[in-house]
Amino acid sequence: MPFSACLAALVLIFASALPAFAADRPAVLPDTMAQRVIACTACHAKVQGNDAFFPRISGKPAGYLYNQLINFRDGRRQSPVMTYMVEHLPDAYLREIAEHFSNQHLEPPPAQPTSVSQAVLERGKLLVLQGDKAIKVPACIACHGERLTGVAPAIPGLAGLPRDYVNAQFGAWKNKTRRAHAPDCMADIASRLSLDDVAAISHWIGARALPADPAPAAAAAITRPLPLACGSAAEPSR
Amino acid sequence: MKKTFFIFFAALAAIVLVVVVSAWPREQFVASASKAATAPTPDNIARGAYLAVAGNCMGCHTARGGPAYAGGRAMATPFGALYVPNITPDRATGIGAWSADDFWRALHNGKSRDGRLLYPAFPYTNYTAVTRADADALYAFLHNLPAVQQANTPHALRFPYNQQAALAAWRLLYFKPGVFAPDRAASLAWNRGAYLVEGLGHCSACHSSRNAAGAVAAGLGGGLIPTSGWYAPSLESDAEAGLGSWAVPHIVQLLKTGVSPRSTVSGPMAEVVARSLQHMSEADLAAMATYLKSLPASRAEAPESENKKAKATGPQVDQIIVHGKKLYATHCVDCHGADGRGLAPAYPALAGNRAVTMQQSINAVRIVLNGGFAPGTAGNPRPYGMPPYSHLMNDAEVAAVVTYVRASWGNGAAPVNASEVNRYRSTPLD
Repeated sequence: MPFSACLAALVLIFASALPAFAADRPAVLPDTMAQRVIACTACHAKVQGNDAFFPRISGKPAGYLYNQLINFRDGRRQSPVMTYMVEHLPDAYLREIAEHFSNQHLEPPPAQPTSVSQAVLERGKLLVLQGDKAIKVPACIACHGERLTGVAPAIPGLAGLPRDYVNAQFGAWKNKTRRAHAPDCMADIASRLSLDDVAAISHWIGARALPADPAPAAAAAITRPLPLACGSAAEPSR
Repeated sequence: MKKTFFIFFAALAAIVLVVVVSAWPREQFVASASKAATAPTPDNIARGAYLAVAGNCMGCHTARGGPAYAGGRAMATPFGALYVPNITPDRATGIGAWSADDFWRALHNGKSRDGRLLYPAFPYTNYTAVTRADADALYAFLHNLPAVQQANTPHALRFPYNQQAALAAWRLLYFKPGVFAPDRAASLAWNRGAYLVEGLGHCSACHSSRNAAGAVAAGLGGGLIPTSGWYAPSLESDAEAGLGSWAVPHIVQLLKTGVSPRSTVSGPMAEVVARSLQHMSEADLAAMATYLKSLPASRAEAPESENKKAKATGPQVDQIIVHGKKLYATHCVDCHGADGRGLAPAYPALAGNRAVTMQQSINAVRIVLNGGFAPGTAGNPRPYGMPPYSHLMNDAEVAAVVTYVRASWGNGAAPVNASEVNRYRSTPLD
């Protein structure tokens, strides 16, 4: 083949390859939060089912999400991958990430079927809705809101959380591998609950679907002061 | 006959003794210029604060979530765990009782206040280059921190590394105290850069290989960071992170913001940029760039030619590459593009990316496994990030996609196998 023919063939090959090259990747980087946080959504948005390892973060109160990012960074919560992600991000950016996910409203996961006895579910319901004075455990709804969707700005929703995730968090509090800003009210509560009580709570919560409106309640929706002092949800200053 | 032997051994012992004594790292004392040098004046404290940032003292001397400079962080080494001490001015548990001369002795001679030999995890092999004036400013700064009462945790080193005699022998072999000696033939900027890179910056602590005794090799030829599972690339070799072909402003931009048109930092270097380099002056960063650019490209060719030799081919590798290409199209193409050109600086190009093509594949593997963010800095406060894939891809899949990336778009690096990926999968991130 003469040289010019070779060249023409080459040009043709490259020309036909070019459109394929240009595809797939955006030509200009989208200057959006959604684009910035794909490292988060890879796990937290795609798995909206009952995945105990990647809990739902969309629609949770921003203050709560921010506190968790700080807790991972400062070693109060243990997840090497989370710590590695947030370690060198400035507070202002972490706050922005928290706000971003707080404003997301993804399809809620379905309720988890449960096979435990009615007695266990009754015990769970009692603890969640009324608490148990005998063991000094307040009702979950006293802080987490009537509908368990959390309370702005920093108390998380419990509705829609996978059973295993709730169990794992209580276990972590009991073992002191999950901590919050002092005073750590949830650590106190976890220490007062037996494992059976934890299972009762997680089964009752897991078996209930997220309400149609999963938005956290307004700050004024719960009675202050809270039953226990919480460093993560401090009393409003007067 | 017996007598001859005796004389022979006595002579041998004498020679050994003379060699040991003459090689012994003698303490070097340089006096403070004046009392004013260590006085807690705003000027001294500010200068000391800047130098502490240049040395990233806080990086090691602060436990995660703990009070600044109060120590307590466990540092894993191949010889056991070292617990970094409290250097706040608490008299009982910190260095509040130390004089400026005591501090100098630690920094310059690697000895504690009580004469104990310090472990070179405290990089006094670098800090010995620091001038007395700078040591005094650091002292003034540290002595004005809030005192935190936090007792030091004893080190947990294995025998014989926990013996002072072992340290003495180590120092005999690998340590020679000496303040940085400027090269009068070189520019002021070059000398300033060399002083920072070789001294407080202690770049060689990572960017150099260590021998079995944990001693750092001369130069900045790159090395595996012990126990952390990252490879700090050579700053001399153009096949790795050598900067000879870079423009100084790009180097400054990378060190100041964590991103540049030519590269993005991640892994342990993200910490160095976030905590240390971004807070340094552009003049100092430019000086460091000048020095780094001047490093001899001594080991540039050897690893690359080996790499080319090692590049396995054949139907098996081709199959892995086909598999990797499919995975790439599923997981990577949205950001890095089918052409591997990425969208710098958020999504680095993979074509021609030295972090991808250098002989050591460990960093590429770990970035696929763990994902990563560039550090958030004043110059790049809202970095884009890459998701982790450790839970989505098994070892063979990570190996395939890294092999594909290392072999595509003109990249010509050797394949990676699943067992290598498996080794790095469980490497602690902290």
